[in-house]
Amino acid sequence: MSVIPAPVARQPWAMLFPLFILIGFGGLVLYSAAGGSLDPYAGSHLLRFGVFLVMAIILALFPPDLAKLAAYPIYVVLLILLVIVEAIGFVGGGSQRWLNLGFMQLQPSELMKPALVLVLARFYSDLPVGMIGTWRAVVPAGILIGLPIMLVLAQPDLGTSLAIAFGGGVVMFLAGLPMRWFVMGGAAAAVIAPLAFFFGLQPYQQRRVFTFLDPENDPLGDGYHITQSKIAIGSGGFSGKGFNEGTQSHLHYLPEPHTDFIFATMAEEWGFVGGVVVIGCFALILYWALSVARNSNDRFGKLLAAGMAATIFFYVSINLMMVMGLAPVVGIPLPFMSHGGSSMMTNMVCIGTLMMVYRWNRLQGRKGTLG
Amino acid sequence: MKLGSRKTSIVTASTLDNAFKRRSFLVAAGMGGIATLLATRMGYIAIAENERYELESESNRVNLSLIPPRRGWILDRNGAPLASNRADFRVDVIPDQLADVSGTLTALGRILRLDEASMADVTKRVEEAAGFQPVEVASGLDYEDFAAVSVRLPDLPGVVPQRGFSRHYPTGPAVGHLIGYVGPANAEEYEEEGNPLLITPGFKIGKDALERQFEQDLRGVPGARRVEVTASGRIVQELETREDVQGDPVRLTIDGPLQDYAARRIGLESGSCVVMDCENGDILCMSSMPSFDPNSFSQGIGRVEYAMLRDDDRVPLRNKVLKGLYPPGSTVKPMHCMAFLKAGIDPNRTITCGGGVRIGNRFFNCWGNHGQVDMAKGIYQSCDSYFYRMALEVGFDKVADFAKSIGMGKQFDLPVISQFYGTVPSPAWLEKKYDRQWQAYDTANASIGQGYYLANPLQLAVMTARLATGRHLYPRLTRSNKSTGADQIDFPEDHVAYVRQAMSDVVNGPGTAGRGRLPFDDILMAGKTGTAQVVSLSKSDGKSGPWKYRDHGLFVFFAPFDKPKYAGAVVIEHGGGSGAAYPIARDVMTFMFDPQKGMDALRALEEQWGGTAQERLTRKYIAYATAAGEAVPPAPSRDEEIFDLVEAEARVAARQSEAIADTVITPRDEANPSSDAPPPDSVVAPGTAAAPQAAAPDAPSPAPATAGTPRPQ
Repeated sequence: MSVIPAPVARQPWAMLFPLFILIGFGGLVLYSAAGGSLDPYAGSHLLRFGVFLVMAIILALFPPDLAKLAAYPIYVVLLILLVIVEAIGFVGGGSQRWLNLGFMQLQPSELMKPALVLVLARFYSDLPVGMIGTWRAVVPAGILIGLPIMLVLAQPDLGTSLAIAFGGGVVMFLAGLPMRWFVMGGAAAAVIAPLAFFFGLQPYQQRRVFTFLDPENDPLGDGYHITQSKIAIGSGGFSGKGFNEGTQSHLHYLPEPHTDFIFATMAEEWGFVGGVVVIGCFALILYWALSVARNSNDRFGKLLAAGMAATIFFYVSINLMMVMGLAPVVGIPLPFMSHGGSSMMTNMVCIGTLMMVYRWNRLQGRKGTLG
Repeated sequence: MKLGSRKTSIVTASTLDNAFKRRSFLVAAGMGGIATLLATRMGYIAIAENERYELESESNRVNLSLIPPRRGWILDRNGAPLASNRADFRVDVIPDQLADVSGTLTALGRILRLDEASMADVTKRVEEAAGFQPVEVASGLDYEDFAAVSVRLPDLPGVVPQRGFSRHYPTGPAVGHLIGYVGPANAEEYEEEGNPLLITPGFKIGKDALERQFEQDLRGVPGARRVEVTASGRIVQELETREDVQGDPVRLTIDGPLQDYAARRIGLESGSCVVMDCENGDILCMSSMPSFDPNSFSQGIGRVEYAMLRDDDRVPLRNKVLKGLYPPGSTVKPMHCMAFLKAGIDPNRTITCGGGVRIGNRFFNCWGNHGQVDMAKGIYQSCDSYFYRMALEVGFDKVADFAKSIGMGKQFDLPVISQFYGTVPSPAWLEKKYDRQWQAYDTANASIGQGYYLANPLQLAVMTARLATGRHLYPRLTRSNKSTGADQIDFPEDHVAYVRQAMSDVVNGPGTAGRGRLPFDDILMAGKTGTAQVVSLSKSDGKSGPWKYRDHGLFVFFAPFDKPKYAGAVVIEHGGGSGAAYPIARDVMTFMFDPQKGMDALRALEEQWGGTAQERLTRKYIAYATAAGEAVPPAPSRDEEIFDLVEAEARVAARQSEAIADTVITPRDEANPSSDAPPPDSVVAPGTAAAPQAAAPDAPSPAPATAGTPRPQ
């Protein structure tokens, strides 16, 4: 019926189109951030995307059994890697977040985000339905979430630990744990958060929070990032200053114009229109991801897809809130646009996993039941 | 059934499925909400607040630096500069941008080899500056020092080395009081005007006198340089440059060489000299010495210099032309004669001076014994008796009215910051001010320019010009103003001629200023001496003893006497009598008619004094700085404080003679009438004035004043 071959037609284009737009757009912005050059950002950005897209497509071919089987081993390996990273940092006399594998720097905490979602999905899909309201539904899961968070916090990396906690929390929420536990948990967090803030956070992290609350107080110091980012976004106006015309990024007023603040770099040159396109693309991708979760008949698939969606969402929302002055400066890049291998890998793992669940759904729809 | 609301509730796979549906919808809704929030926030920042952020982005990107305009020149009547600009290298710091204040200043001090006192001054200014205000560290640097600072700039944030222009006053102290000086604007001045130019490094505003008065004319329009800079301050490209427009010149009526000559001729004395052009009222010179060097004030007034000027009892910070008030003494006598003439007194009428006159039951002393005295003799011999008698006859309120009409007690419409106006005592005034009845001795005191009488040198010069010409001349300081008064005739020709002749006799005839003759056969100077007592006889004889108690020496003059071209006044504070004043007037007038002759006379004197005024000031500064060392307290940070202090002290000083205004004055010897008198500037010893005068055969030799004669009360 169609001229498009079936293997192409059955790909999840509802997600891939906006994804390609984001990647391409990211490439353009990185091209501009490098002062009008493919080097050093845009070229490697596109190349990495190509590599990780292939990885995602391969990932998508995994059957549910294999995914379930791999969940615990992956989790344990990453946990061990986190400990190793910590140990290297301790021996080296400084904090370290990555392992040098020679061809790339592996950041285990990044991979832990999808891995935790995977292991929690596995845990809850295995949990007998009747136990969902008991302590057995919470304590093991709490340990599964707590261990990596503690290790990542020790690095210290607040942003990643929050991302891990958020992904895990969403999975627990969707797994059907009693609502009052979340209410109680929220209340407990409200009590602990101030204590954690004053006793748990590093001074530089505390300062970032204060700065976020009042950036104008210190426009040349800690508030500089937020102020400059807002200037970049605000000066873009409706349609931006034009491609390659951004002064905030080109004259180095904007810090990290190619990573954490890439949205500001983009908004300066493309304006509100560009911003709406980016936010819209993410909305389409996440909408697709949630519908994948809802369309899954399998509890494992549901929780896995929704957890991946939550992980991507956390990146996007925290990054955008940060560059617009709605959240403190935490080092979280914008998925698919920021330059950086680790975040691209994590997010493409999420995408690949979602494509995998999408494929399971499609096969299930055809066969009626899933193998 | 609510999920998990009860432990007893039965949980099945389908309830969990339902829960997932509900909760994932909740999650989706949350995400949608965040997305909406983000889009709204984006719209708010980018569209609603676009203008503000666009401005901030521009101000990030574009660095606008003002180029201070070159200040307009101040020119003398012939177009020679009294204040000009010199290209120089300078270094400023902007306190807000200093990373390490004391470290940077120490480094600069080492590079520029600044001494302790100037380092202390700079440090104090940096501490007190408003942060955004540039503070000058040094100016007038040579290229090597400038380059030495420039190459270290990367380590010295907040330091601004510049090539610019600095104000230059070629004659230095001679124009200090007249022109004032320039300096960096202080925080109040910046707040008041709100002009960013005022906090541009290298920009100076007029702080005093003409520099301040003509600030807006002299200032000019700043140039501007717009450059695109990176966050670290590196210049990417120059966007545009606009040249500055130099300020307008201000052309004065001052004769530059004369101003300088008069200032130098005052020499070691503390005094002032005013010369006016009798044809149009132009002020040709208003010198006041000792003075300060305005060139050295432009960085702000240094502590050593300020301390030196403060300690000097010759008050170098006071403009004595405008803020020195002195009892005019006998210099008002020709003017009073004009008043008598107007009142109908016959000039040929004589009175008898027997060392004074008896009026009623009191005897009023004269400085000498003059026998038969008519009006002319009253002037040239300065016979006090004549004035006691005539003033009583005419009534002093009439004389006072006349004095006011001739400019005494008046302020003139001149571009000066402030001028004192002095006092012309009158019965009504005394009643109002001191609530006391006017007595006969008040008339006696006032008739010879003592008592409450106070005038500044400018008023004396205006008075003399009006007397000499008979016209109502107004003083004029700038060429742009119209000269007025030359066509307004005050006095009849014959009255003027009579007074002129009598005043000529003061110098060229049997008068009190024989040594005041000009060294020309064809040009005769006319004048009138004055000796103003400042303390009672019991304190000092006015000629020796503590400087503060000596008499002021005054002299008013005009020349040539028959066709006046120049008129003026010289006042020497505590000069010990008019003998200190009129030689200066003589030399100044000599210089006007023959500069070479005038300069020769001055050079001989300066050799005795040890150099020109500027050289002496420089030497004195070095000596003072060495002696004072580091113990010098800082100068007030606001120039206004200094001005207020100086003005307050000037007011106190002006009231010095008030203490004796309530008693009857015993007039002092009126200078030395003989032409073969002691050399200039030697203090006239009491009694020498008693030398017989060959030139006054018709009068008995004036006897020495009987000092300390008790007067019947």
